[in-house]
Amino acid sequence: MMGRRSWFVFTALLLGFAFLYVPIVSMIVYSFNESRLVTVWGGFSTKWYGQLLGDEQLLGGLWLSLRLAFVSATLAVVVGTLAAIMLVRHGRFRGRTWFSAMVTAPLVMPEVITGLSLLLVFVAFAPLPFMPGSRGFTTIMIAHATLTLSYVTVVVQSRLASMDVSLEEAAMDLGARPAKVFLVITLPLIAPAVASGWLLAFTLSVDDLVIASFTAGPDTNTLPMMIFSKVRLGVTPEINALASIMVGLVAVAVAVAGLLMARQERARERDMHAAAAQRP
Amino acid sequence: MNPGRWVVRAVPWVWLLLFFLIPFVIVLKISFAETALTQPPYTPLLEWGQSVYPTIKLHTANYLRLAGDSLYLDAFLNSLKVAAVSTLLCLLVAYPMAYGIARAERSWRNVLLLLVMLPFWTSFLLRVYAWIGLLRNNGLINNTLLALGIIREPIVMMQTDFAMYVGIVYSYLPFMILPLYANLEKHDVSLLEAAADLGCRPLRAFLQVTLPLSVPGIIAGSMLVFIPAVGEFVIPRLLGGVDSLMIGRVLWDEYFLNRDWPVASAVAISLLIFLVVPIMVFEHFQARARAAEAQ
Repeated sequence: MMGRRSWFVFTALLLGFAFLYVPIVSMIVYSFNESRLVTVWGGFSTKWYGQLLGDEQLLGGLWLSLRLAFVSATLAVVVGTLAAIMLVRHGRFRGRTWFSAMVTAPLVMPEVITGLSLLLVFVAFAPLPFMPGSRGFTTIMIAHATLTLSYVTVVVQSRLASMDVSLEEAAMDLGARPAKVFLVITLPLIAPAVASGWLLAFTLSVDDLVIASFTAGPDTNTLPMMIFSKVRLGVTPEINALASIMVGLVAVAVAVAGLLMARQERARERDMHAAAAQRP
Repeated sequence: MNPGRWVVRAVPWVWLLLFFLIPFVIVLKISFAETALTQPPYTPLLEWGQSVYPTIKLHTANYLRLAGDSLYLDAFLNSLKVAAVSTLLCLLVAYPMAYGIARAERSWRNVLLLLVMLPFWTSFLLRVYAWIGLLRNNGLINNTLLALGIIREPIVMMQTDFAMYVGIVYSYLPFMILPLYANLEKHDVSLLEAAADLGCRPLRAFLQVTLPLSVPGIIAGSMLVFIPAVGEFVIPRLLGGVDSLMIGRVLWDEYFLNRDWPVASAVAISLLIFLVVPIMVFEHFQARARAAEAQ
């Protein structure tokens, strides 16, 4: 059944995906261009990849960004999961509306506002004990964790809400303490959501330019900050190579995750059928 | 209340108070200060002189400057216009796509959704950069058109509003598609079949059944695009023209170039006041979606 309307939708999908992928594909193609002039095809070459791997400054920025993302995503997952548990399992506590608003507002807050306000709070807190005295790794890390914990909370929250409470209740009835119930029952069940929350937080942190620029110190230059200053000066083929590597890594990671999830889903369905068959 | 429960509550509360709520109070405070050649570069709000009670010094000069200088007002209005137009364009591109994905074979849906999400997982900055390669005077689009003989002179696209809109729509498209898909996927197809059985033409069925049912998805997606787009800095800076000033750029320059923290804070507070209503609409729909999910 291919009516006029289906053709319209099909064309829209095709054009939409072309719009999404033409820039990325052209970037990958030109990363193998011999010529320095980005738009003239000078033959196939991998020299920009070689140059990229020799760029110590850029690699330093990459290493800093990866470390930042790892620590901030881990912190965001801990705080974000606690916030999700609180919102889903603790019912209507006092200040719930406020709390819920504070959790979701960073999702839409313009980055310049978040960046400036976090910077000003770090400056104000600097003389206090237990607070970072100067700006650098720690301040960007806290800023990123604050931004990304909202995403973690939203992802974990929807998993928790769709989860069967009776498993937790059964464990409680059998005398398990709340901490044990969480570790043995709840955590394994929400693990996929926690993992995808962590990945989301990680990518958002690696990607962030604006908030890092506000909260960075004079010698902390993250990868996006370096890319931004290079791109402002013009197009460089090296950046094409970097982008292609990132696209390749993400595509592989997403494909692997997709396959694993599909396999897990099939295994779960099989188990369910087997369990149903056991029943007298 | 047992200690475990107490920890679960205290950690997120303390974190959000310290790094979300208190920062806004401090921005508000500094927006009423004056620039000073001190470290940090603004005057204190409370001064303890000889007396026991502090004197409060509220400088409203920053806000008066925002209201008096047409540069700021123009930047605000321009940002609102750019965000509104971008949201509309996003909706026009995203709706047919989300609809197509929601009506595709079940086995195809996840693949298509993954393809929507994939660019989103790669660097935002690099995706904006990719457009520079396409839109430049000697970029891919101009070169192709010149080679085909369609144009004689390259079309100037970089540093124009056109490039900026393309960049914003491109970057924010997944944020529009995903909530729309989540909504459209849940629709009961039998409603459309019923409409068709009763003699309703497809277009009319779409306008009278599907479109009204998808309003929550449209609003959620629009808020996810509109609110951050108002304060967008990177895309206008890299793709947009010098003459179309956006408020995100103004805030950035006041802080990084002029080192004027009080004016930057006043800009942030004013922007926030503009955005309070859209943010509340967003929160309202978030809460409703969660309530529906919990049932």
